[in-house]
Amino acid sequence: MKILVCLSKVPDTTTRIAFIDNNTKFDEKDVQFIINPYDEWYALVRGLELKEANTGTVTTITVGGADTDPIIRKALAIGADDAVRIDSPASDAYSTAFQIAEYAKDKAFDMILLGKETIDYNGSQIGGMVAEMLDLPFISLASKLDIAGGKATIECDIPGGTQVLEVEGAFVLSAAKGMAEQRIPNMRGIMAARSKPLNVIPAVAVEPLTKTESYQLPPAKAGVKLVDPDNMAELVRLLHEEAKAI
Amino acid sequence: MSVLVFSNPNEGSFAKSALEACTYGAKVAKALGTDCHAVTYGQVSDAEIAKLGAHGATVVHKAGSLETPDSGQLSKLIATAAAACNADVILCSHDLTGKAVAPRLSARLKAGLVTGANALPTTDGGFKVNKPVFSGKAFATEVITSAKKVISLMPNSIPPENTGGTAQVQELAGDFGAKKVTVKETKKRTGTISLPDAEKVVSAGRGLKGPENWGMIEELASLLGAATACSRPVADIGWRPHHEHVGQTGVAIRPNLYFAIGISGAIQHLAGVNGSKVIVVINTDPEAPFFKAADYGVVGDAFQVVPKLTEALKAFKG
Ligand SMILES: Cc1cc2nc3c(=O)[nH]c(=O)nc-3n(C[C@H](O)[C@H](O)[C@H](O)COP(=O)(O)OP(=O)(O)OC[C@H]3O[C@@H](n4cnc5c(N)ncnc54)[C@H](O)[C@@H]3O)c2cc1C
Ligand SMILES: Nc1ncnc2c1ncn2[C@@H]1O[C@H](COP(=O)(O)O)[C@@H](O)[C@H]1O
Repeated sequence: MKILVCLSKVPDTTTRIAFIDNNTKFDEKDVQFIINPYDEWYALVRGLELKEANTGTVTTITVGGADTDPIIRKALAIGADDAVRIDSPASDAYSTAFQIAEYAKDKAFDMILLGKETIDYNGSQIGGMVAEMLDLPFISLASKLDIAGGKATIECDIPGGTQVLEVEGAFVLSAAKGMAEQRIPNMRGIMAARSKPLNVIPAVAVEPLTKTESYQLPPAKAGVKLVDPDNMAELVRLLHEEAKAI
Repeated sequence: MSVLVFSNPNEGSFAKSALEACTYGAKVAKALGTDCHAVTYGQVSDAEIAKLGAHGATVVHKAGSLETPDSGQLSKLIATAAAACNADVILCSHDLTGKAVAPRLSARLKAGLVTGANALPTTDGGFKVNKPVFSGKAFATEVITSAKKVISLMPNSIPPENTGGTAQVQELAGDFGAKKVTVKETKKRTGTISLPDAEKVVSAGRGLKGPENWGMIEELASLLGAATACSRPVADIGWRPHHEHVGQTGVAIRPNLYFAIGISGAIQHLAGVNGSKVIVVINTDPEAPFFKAADYGVVGDAFQVVPKLTEALKAFKG
């Protein structure tokens, strides 16, 4: 089983968000970067579990500069066999997906796993784009993935329930909560990661289709209006008359 | 040129978010001085199709014979409709289907994509669209530089508007490719309101002490017609089902009204709920960080406050 897992680098979930250069750039000062949680906890770990149960390899791919190497090493420490970095700053989703598709197109991966979205730009874009570029089926926001007899059985949360899907052959899948449990790398893994291959590959030329012009922070809340716990009629009145929410 | 909206039917009818996308499409078309077309598929009644007309579509392209969860087929369907009506701007809802289809379409047509837009595009000095980023902690203005454009609209961003219009229906034929994904089973939860679509949400956290105490939360929710939600540890310990977990690593929601009961307001929790229009916090600890993000707050014990709130609501409803 040949598995490709797409990894992205994002600011830690507790990061205070701020912008510089006239609100055109995210302020990376003092920011701790991590593997996007959906990629690490769900896509990568489920990929490893499937490999362990069936034999095969898990390769990770990241489009980014050398600043992404630490998060790639962590994925190798968790258990990926080898890693690929396409040496290009990730620009828009289209060009990032194009790099991944170009790399994957002649490698016959059985599956390409991604996170459902990055927690910084919240795109939910790369998976569907890679699937279309490679003409593969795409299942988004999967919460379970099992493989048996060349068929993948996948569960997704749908509005008001769940759906069980079946796919034959190679596919692209984006992972949501439920797919697997987070794995903490152990000392042996961390040592082994040092000698695992991290192949840096030059990017292919592609024009982005979108760009971010500027960022804005949400307007500050006016401040909380406290209501006496013994006067819930007042809260109901405020929600009805002032907030017009009920 | 024209604007094309992908209207995804859910079991034969259009959800509110689909009608929002249609209204959005009509407004974009108007701003560009053109018409709004819609494309749909499968078994959809004339009465449902008429809703698309009422929400601003002048023509509805319908592939009645297609019945599929395969995003590959759907992207071919939309591309066929886009060619038929010469659409430069293609829109859909940023829901489960939209999240799979919009990126495929973008790659297929080499059309720049903005997902989760929360406002109408502006067109002076480039085609620009706003969207929330950093899990709602900020917003970005995205510029689409390609000639063709795809936008998915964040649910609950603009209200659907019934303008009383009617649409002409055109049967759409074409080769939409082979179906590669099949549905084996659909399991429905009964009697619950789906979280991402809910206009009101009652959410509770570890402050409730145990799963046996959720009765009062459910009662409050049903009185309000609200969905129930919870913080991550509550889902992780198994007090509540996983699909109720909201936040940065759970479901992101933006209802009109969000009740946070016994939830501290950790940054990862706020990230998934701070798009809510009105936030009410009930917490024993006046220092709980959630109060900083709240519109209304009650410093008190949930076990006393919630039953009182329920009584007051009953009295209000009469
Ligand atoms: C990478 C990462 C991702 C995360 N993602 C998420 C996420 O998506 N969603 C999420 O929710 N969390 C997430 N978390 C966890 C988050 O950091 C918090 O730990 C979590 O939100 C706390 O849940 P809580 O508020 O229910 O519990 P607690 O922090 O234990 O807070 C309980 C609150 O209840 C109050 N309380 C106690 N008794 C009562 C009473 N009788 N009446 C009223 N109030 C009472 C207390 O004052 C307290 O404020 C994430 C963490 C990490 C590290
Ligand atoms: N620069 C990148 N390199 C490799 N994979 C990426 C990159 N950016 C995003 N991804 C993958 O695509 C998924 C969805 O990202 P997005 O579409 O940007 O929300 C992520 O969870 C990753 O698995």
